[in-house]
Order: sequence, then structure tokens, then C-alpha cells
Amino acid sequence: MVPYIAKRLLAAVPVLFGLTIIVFLIMAMIPGDPATAILGSYATPENVEKLNRALGLDKSLPQQYLIWLGNLLQGDLGRSYTLNRPVLDEVLERFSATLILAGAALLICSLAGLLAGIVSAVRQYGWADKIITVLVLVGISTPSFWLGLLLILIFSVSLRWLPVSGMYAIYGGGDLPDLLYHLTLPALTLSAVATGVIARLTRTAMLEVLRQDYIRTARAKGLKESRVIGKHAFKPALVNIVPVIGIQAGFVIGGAVYIETVFQWPGIGSMLVTAISTRDLLLVQGGVLVVAAAYVLFNLVADVVQTLLDPRLR
Amino acid sequence: MKRLFATAFALALFALAPASEAQTPPNALVVGQIAEPKSLDPQAVTAVNDFRILVNIYDGLVRYKDGTLEVEPSLAKSWKISDDGKTYTFTLRDGVTFHDGSPFNAEAVKFDFERMLDEKSPYHDTGPFPLAFFFSAVDKVIADDPQTVTFKLKEPYAPFLSNLAYPTGLIVSPEAVKKYGKDFGRHPSGTGAYKFEEWDANSKVVVTKNPDYWDGAPDLDAVIFRPITDANTRIAEMLSGGLDIMVEVPPDSLQQFRSDASFTVQEQAGPHVWFLILNAKEAPFDNKLARQAANYAINKKALVENILQGTADVAAGPTPPAFAWAYDDKLEPYPYDPAKAKELLKEAGYKGEEVTFYVTEGGSGMLDPVAMGTAIQADLEAVGMKVKIETFEWNSFLGKVNPGLEGKAAMAEMAWMTNDPDTLPFLTLRSEAFPDKGGFNSGYYSNPEVDKLLDKARQVTDQAERAKLYKQMQEIVHDDAPWVFVANWKQNAVTRSGVQGFKLQPSFFLMLQHVKKAS
Repeated sequence: MVPYIAKRLLAAVPVLFGLTIIVFLIMAMIPGDPATAILGSYATPENVEKLNRALGLDKSLPQQYLIWLGNLLQGDLGRSYTLNRPVLDEVLERFSATLILAGAALLICSLAGLLAGIVSAVRQYGWADKIITVLVLVGISTPSFWLGLLLILIFSVSLRWLPVSGMYAIYGGGDLPDLLYHLTLPALTLSAVATGVIARLTRTAMLEVLRQDYIRTARAKGLKESRVIGKHAFKPALVNIVPVIGIQAGFVIGGAVYIETVFQWPGIGSMLVTAISTRDLLLVQGGVLVVAAAYVLFNLVADVVQTLLDPRLR
Repeated sequence: MKRLFATAFALALFALAPASEAQTPPNALVVGQIAEPKSLDPQAVTAVNDFRILVNIYDGLVRYKDGTLEVEPSLAKSWKISDDGKTYTFTLRDGVTFHDGSPFNAEAVKFDFERMLDEKSPYHDTGPFPLAFFFSAVDKVIADDPQTVTFKLKEPYAPFLSNLAYPTGLIVSPEAVKKYGKDFGRHPSGTGAYKFEEWDANSKVVVTKNPDYWDGAPDLDAVIFRPITDANTRIAEMLSGGLDIMVEVPPDSLQQFRSDASFTVQEQAGPHVWFLILNAKEAPFDNKLARQAANYAINKKALVENILQGTADVAAGPTPPAFAWAYDDKLEPYPYDPAKAKELLKEAGYKGEEVTFYVTEGGSGMLDPVAMGTAIQADLEAVGMKVKIETFEWNSFLGKVNPGLEGKAAMAEMAWMTNDPDTLPFLTLRSEAFPDKGGFNSGYYSNPEVDKLLDKARQVTDQAERAKLYKQMQEIVHDDAPWVFVANWKQNAVTRSGVQGFKLQPSFFLMLQHVKKAS
């Protein structure tokens, strides 16, 4: 297992390396530059040139890239032009906020999706199955930013049960209950689509297993139904579900961009959006690098878990 | 099942969470900002969003008089201007200290301006200072004695005082700069009504009462600035009680707040003008008649009332009325007169050639540019002008427009907010300001008379004399019509009913020294 993991991690290095070049090129190709973005109305060619010089952007592209790469190897991601602070600080802070949000959403969608899928499969064509199928369809089809605004209107503006935005209370707070309190709405919103996808897949996977001969055998042996479902059916079905959860983890992080904007969650998605529109190259590079590395890691974890679950894959 | 689960989860959390969290804390004012500040170093930033915080932490040598764009004393008690307009001598207020305890004096002023302007200053690398050119006329700063500082200018430059009132001229603590270096922007120290307390990235900036403020300690204990980028979320926060003041309310939501007695809506016209640059180098707008025709053809009243829903006034000329002292109030907006427009187009020899119109998706001060662009296109087509719209994202748009429209487009949207009546015409309407000469005259308007007036207005320091020159300039430009003059934006803000003494300023800054909050 260890050599496998090491091989996979090593294979990720050229992927990430190539990615930084692509990001660099795309940022260089799109019109507009950081100096213009900073100066806005006052971007005279003279002012732009002066500011570019101050920002170190007057060097050639390959030169800029090499400098960036050299600094990266020393663990320095540079300094953001627009935020006047080290990119690494900002990226780590933002990414941990995204991880909390995405982690909570992933937990919700895994639990709720699996539960819904199992109930749906066991009660196939029953009323529970029908209700779940409809809810799943609604969950998958609702645009998440819209759902977020709707939940804000209901739970925050009308009922005033939950906060509208932010990660912690602006006064006091800062502890775990405060975090959970602020996390509820964004995590629920973010998990909606993934819950639907996982529920659907669990239902299919479970149905397939439930039709197998050994399930009939188990039932004929007089095993309790809960044991048949929970142990004999669910475990083999899970082998097919885990990689999907791994893929959903990627989608959840991607979807966090909208949710972070709607709920003003200080995550990396909303950071990247701002960084791109202000042409903050170093911030974009740092952010993309971290997100891509996480992506690679999630897929690896999903694969490893699948291998552990399924002896045939070892 | 999913819903059931969700509800159960939420209910479980309510049990954990403290109640009435959405209420704002007592005697601290919570302000909804549109974005995370870039820095709290006044010399390092360019956005109004950042200025709104800065003007509460720092003071300048001078400031804008309440409700106007005229300067009055602040950290400087008085000043003298030499007859040649090249020497400004300020007498400073004594006994003022920065929040970090170090004294404010002439040496501090000298240090600040040298940090920004002198590349050899050991602290110049705490920049970059993008708006340093506001003070490019400054040759030397001399600390004559602790309470007297003299600015020597390279040439007479009348906007100097109002530039000093701009946030780029705010005075920072030299000791704090020396201590924090490049990170000064996150550890600001000034002389203002509020002291910096905490900056929790992407969550809040907290400033607290400066009990020793030279101009009277504020009533509030603290002000909390919260960045909330999404306008809908900002509105929801306001409605749910998470904010006391919210700025830049979208037109669609203003009505909702107006009809609710627990909120007060304020509006204030600012030094903003929204216009169309017309390409005066190429047909059809190389002809003054065609340019005037465009001004007659576009129904500005409909734009302002229907699209902007009353959040702007119709503009009459190149200078916004907010510059009351320099504004020519005899100027009337071009009336909406399609018949006259058609006639003028015919007279100009326009034969229905297609023209290209650059529109942006959004940008600083651009209001609702796509909807406005489409309405303008329809108005022009109604008088027989075929208009092709090309839309760009803001940065790309600036990259297209700023180098000049020649060979690319006949017209482009644009908006400016400035702090002195000199800035906009000087940078955009002079022959010396063509894009290849480093200016923003992207439509290549040129009138020697206007050039002369604008040059002269920089040289004279007497405000009445300057006003006369600007008024003459406005009349000529109005007639020459290098732009279609469209709108002057009114900034708005919503406050909760308990907030007292809050007033929007024409500068668009957020002055909170005299605000009170009833519990």
C-alpha cells in the first residue's frame, strides 16, 4: 500500500507543475493587468508602468515564472499585490475555512445520501421511496446559490434563527458552538446537490446487491432483516459508492465558490474569484495550487478507502 | 428524509447556539462594506471602500467641510499660499498625538510625504503608492519648526489643497511605519477619531473610540466594518439586524427599505459623472453636429428614472454639480429630442453606417452599464443610427478604451469619480491628454480654448477665479459635445432607526465621528 501511495503522490507532481504553467499563461493572456486593476480610472500608461515596476511585473514572463518557482521551492508563495500580505497566509487561512465548510457538507451529504438511498432501495416503489426520489430530484436541480438565498430569507431574515453570513459572530463568539451555528446554513446548502447524487447512486447500488442470490440465502437462513441490509447488502454496495463520494468531494469544493459568496464564508473559492478579477496572479497561483493538491489528495484517499473495502482490488 | 435530517441537524444546533446573535452589539456601530479592505495604509489604496474606514482612523492636514467639497483646516490650523502659487506653508495644531503615542509634528508630515514621493526614502519600499502622482507637483517638504511645515511645488498647482484632503494625503504615524514596515497597512496608526483595534481577515475590521481625539471624542465605543461582497447577502444582513449602516444599496431594494419605518434611506449626489466617450477623430462623430445629435437622441431622463430607478440625476455637462463652487448651474442638459437628432445627423452627412459601441459588464462607478448600453443602443437606432455593442469585463474594457478608440469604436461608456473639478477634464479633455501622451482623452477631443482654460485654472490659487475658468470650460465642452453627458450618481445608504447623526458626504467618504446609536 505504501509504495502505491508514494507512486500516486509522485505522479501528482508533474500535474501540479503543469497546472502552474497553465495558470500563469492564462493569467498573462487575459487582457488587463494588476496595475490597471489597482489604479482603475487613474491608470495612465505612465502610472501603470511605474506601478508595474514597483510590483516586479516589468520583467519578462519566463523570468517572472522562474522567480515564482524559485520562491515556491523555498516555501514562499510571494506577496499578494491587492491584499498587501503574504499569499501563503491568505491561502492557508482561506483554505481551512473551505475545508471546514466542505467537510461539513461532505459529512451531511454522505450520511443523508446513504441513509436516503438505503431507505429508498429497501422500500422500493413504496411511499418513502417516492418521496425521497422527488426530494432528490429537487435537490439536484436547484441552483445552490438560489437555495442559499432562499434559506437565508426563511431562517435568517424571517425566523431569525440562524445568522445570514460570516463564519463567526462579529462580537464575542469564536468558539465551536458559534462556528457550528454559522456553519449550518452554508453546509446544508452546499450539501444539497451531492446528497441527491449519493442518494441516487446508493439506491441503485443497493438494489443491485439486494437482487443477488446470497441475499436470498441470508434471508432464507432466517437472519434479521436489519442485519441483511446493514451487513450483507450495504458493505459490498459501499465499494461502488465510495469513489463517487470522492468525486463529490471535488464538486463540493468547486461548488463552495457560490456558497462562499452568498454566505460571505471566508473560503478559498471566493478568494479566487476576487483574485482573478483583480488580476492578482500570485494569489491565483497559490490558490489554484492548493486546491489542485487537495483534489489529488481526495481522489487518492477515496481510492485507498475503496481498496481497503474491497479485498479483490488489493 | 433529507429534509427531516436537515431540520433535525439545524434544531440540534439551535440548542447549542447563543440566542439573539443577529443583533448588533451595544454602542458599537456595524457597517456593511462592499469588499474586504486592501490595506489600511492610506497611501497604498485607491478604492472608496477602503477610504470609508481610513477617514475614521486618520486625519489629513485639511479636510472637506461637512456636506461640501471645499477644504477646511484639520491637522493644519491655517495655511498661507505664496503669490506665485508655488509655496504652501501650514501651521500645525499642537498637542496632537498618534494612536501609538508618538507626537504629530512637522517632521511626521515630512516623513510621510517623503515615504510616498522620494524613491530614496528608506521607507519607500513600504509601498507601492499608486496615487502618489496626486502629489507629483511637490518638489520639497520642509519642516521649518515642529509646528510649521512648508511644501515647495515645482509649478503652481491649484488642486493641491483638495488633494491633501483626499485619503492619499492622510497623515500616518512614522513610528508605526518604522515598526511594521511593509505590514503597516495591517497595523495602522493615525490621529483620527477612532483607533485601530483588530483586523480579522475577511470578517471584520474593528476600530474603537479615541477618547483624546483633538476634535472631540466620538460617542460610539466602537465601529465594526464587515465586508459582505454579495449585494443580496448584504441586504439580508441589514434586514435581519446584523448591520446598522449599509452603503451602495442596489436600486431594486431601495424601495423596500423606504417603505419600512425601521430604516432610514439617505441619498447624496457625489463628484461622479457617467458619460459616453465619442470618437471625435473618425466618422460619424468627427462632426460636432453628429455628437450633438447623439446627445439629443438619448433619453437620459428615462435611463435615470427607469434603469437606475432614481439613484442618479441627469448630467448637464462634464463637471458634476457636487463641485458646487465650480459648477456652472446655468448649464441645461441636452433635452430628449429625436426629431432634432435626426435632422442634425442628416446635416452632418451621416448615411446610416454601423458604429461600434464599447460596453462594460460592470466596474467602479459604472452603475448598470449593460442595461444602460442597451437602452442607449435602442435610442440611437430610433434616430437611424445602427449601433453594434461589444461587451467586455471591466479590466479588459479599460485595456481597450484607455489606449484610445481610433480604428476600434465610435463610442464607449465611462464613469469617473474625482475629488477636484480639475482632475477629470484635465486628464480627459485636453489635447495634451491624448492616450499616446499619457492621458485619458480616448475620444481625441481637442479645443485650444479648453486647453488654455484648464491650464490656467491650475495656475491661479484664488477659488473664485478658478471657478470662472471652469464655468467657461463647461460651456464650451457642453456645446462641442465630446461626450454624451448622461448621469450623476447619488450615493445611498440605509441606516437602522436607532442610528443618529449619520450623514452621507459628497466626497463619498463615511464620516462617523458624530454618529450616535440609541439602544
